[in-house]
Amino acid sequence: MKVLYFAWLRQTIGVAEETVSPPAAVGAADELIDWLAAQSPAHAAAFKDRATIRIAIDQEFAEPGDSIRNAGEVAFFPPVTGG
Amino acid sequence: MAVRVQAEPFDLGRETARLTDGRRDVGAVASFVGIARETNPDEGAAPVVAMTLEHYPGMTERQLEAVEREARARWPLLDCLIVHRYGRFEPGDPIVLVVTLSSHRQAAFDACAFLMDYLKTRAPFWKREETAEGERWVAARASDDAAAARWADATKE
Repeated sequence: MKVLYFAWLRQTIGVAEETVSPPAAVGAADELIDWLAAQSPAHAAAFKDRATIRIAIDQEFAEPGDSIRNAGEVAFFPPVTGG
Repeated sequence: MAVRVQAEPFDLGRETARLTDGRRDVGAVASFVGIARETNPDEGAAPVVAMTLEHYPGMTERQLEAVEREARARWPLLDCLIVHRYGRFEPGDPIVLVVTLSSHRQAAFDACAFLMDYLKTRAPFWKREETAEGERWVAARASDDAAAARWADATKE
């Protein structure tokens, strides 16, 4: 599964994307966050404030409880500030 | 569908002419151009020297197309165009363009405002500002959420 980071999440973690293989027990987006946060101190720092993190599964906005089991691409980013 | 995400500048006159060329049914064209500004909305904050817009290629186009579909479902639009740029901008540089065409002005005005309000909360772009005091990621504004939310009452989703 491909995981993408944008804006300050990308800066904090230090990579824009990575390919990960979480264990089968990781079935929802918030469980993926828990698992990623345990991967390195940088990941832990980036995911510290969950309330400020938005999620997209396969390029559609998603909620923390949504399933990632069939996802090819999961993205994490702060609230958008375009326009 | 007319959505473009690009680094290059756009020309409002040329884009409008392209949309209206050869048509005899257009009674109203409304447009909005969003421009990078120097003034920082936070009290006492340093002026913005430049800003960089980062986006999520692929998802950006999908979200803008969804916003356009929504506008076309709500108003009788003859055509519409969204152009959103990414990259580094200095104050005065145009960032976003929305053009709507309809037979009558109200649909053109309303759809143009709707498209801007919706894309501000749904298109995956992030602004990073440079000031004399350093750089910072721009935080999302509650007023933008409120601006988008007012359309929820206008039509059932």
